[in-house]
Amino acid sequence: MKFVLTTRRALAGVVASAALLGGCAAPAKSIYGWGSYQQQVYDHFRGDGRSPQDQLASLQQDLQTIQSKGEAVPPGYHAHLGLLYGELGQPDQMRQQLLAEKELFPESATFMDFLLKKMPAKQGEVR
Amino acid sequence: MNFSVCKGILAALFLIVLASGCATAPKSYDYTAFREAKPRSIVVLPPLNSSPDVKATYSMLAQMSYPLAESGYYVLPVSLVDAAFKENGLSNAAEVHAVPTAKLREIFGADAALYVEVKEYGSSYRIISSETAVAAEARLVDLRTGQTLWTGSARSSSAENNNNNNNGLAGMLIGALINQIANSVSDKSHTYAGITSQRLLTAGGGQGRLLYGPRNAKYGQD
Repeated sequence: MKFVLTTRRALAGVVASAALLGGCAAPAKSIYGWGSYQQQVYDHFRGDGRSPQDQLASLQQDLQTIQSKGEAVPPGYHAHLGLLYGELGQPDQMRQQLLAEKELFPESATFMDFLLKKMPAKQGEVR
Repeated sequence: MNFSVCKGILAALFLIVLASGCATAPKSYDYTAFREAKPRSIVVLPPLNSSPDVKATYSMLAQMSYPLAESGYYVLPVSLVDAAFKENGLSNAAEVHAVPTAKLREIFGADAALYVEVKEYGSSYRIISSETAVAAEARLVDLRTGQTLWTGSARSSSAENNNNNNNGLAGMLIGALINQIANSVSDKSHTYAGITSQRLLTAGGGQGRLLYGPRNAKYGQD
């Protein structure tokens, strides 16, 4: 097993080095699939254009595309979806998205917990 | 293929890359504090704006997650971070930039904060050529120690492309007119803010660039 891992790592190294040799300016493959995330965030900030419903629909549609391509969902994507659900008065959906962000990125735990604690308790939930 | 052979191949390839001239001589940027701090997550604060265009702050803020995350960092969700500041009565970037680092660490749990100032944003109209340009400066601060880990600056401009067209004075005048229309109709400044963000915050290559973060495969190799 160890041998396999080492070999794979070495191969990855060779491939990476070959990529470097192939051309200095070749863009690296991106880590995440972004869809229109940054555009939706900008629309949200401007607040004078498309409605939160439309922004949400675009993000959900892009999410499907990202996932169907097997790409990784970028930092902030689920959390921003959560914010939009919150604006639309859907706390359960918001909570779900904040938890998804936290699961995908443990680095977000402090802030996600801060936001989750501020939310009203779920019906029937003992806190 | 055993391990030492692999290592040998890697070393050889590395040397070839070095020799082929890809790697330019490293400039003496002091990464000591940055390397020691090893930040994993970054909270991006709403940028200060010293340009006359009020759109600059959020145009930049909306476009800095991409280069930072692709460089290998977890970027706190900028929209929720901004909302948290506003809910706590911090309505502008200057107030946010004055929040103590310990408080930022407590709320957001981020290892570092990015302080940005937009120095230039928008179009300047001249007779011969109009230019749309965005320039910004950034400072990465360790929220656990308050220490500055990195500073950088970048600029992008429509003049970078236009300089090639020398069609005589008449052509230049028409070009200026078309440019002015194009600059005001489409949100061209926002496009250049995106380019500036990427130039400012894309890791790699040394020479004062940001270092890779742990979620990038090249982490620790620059």
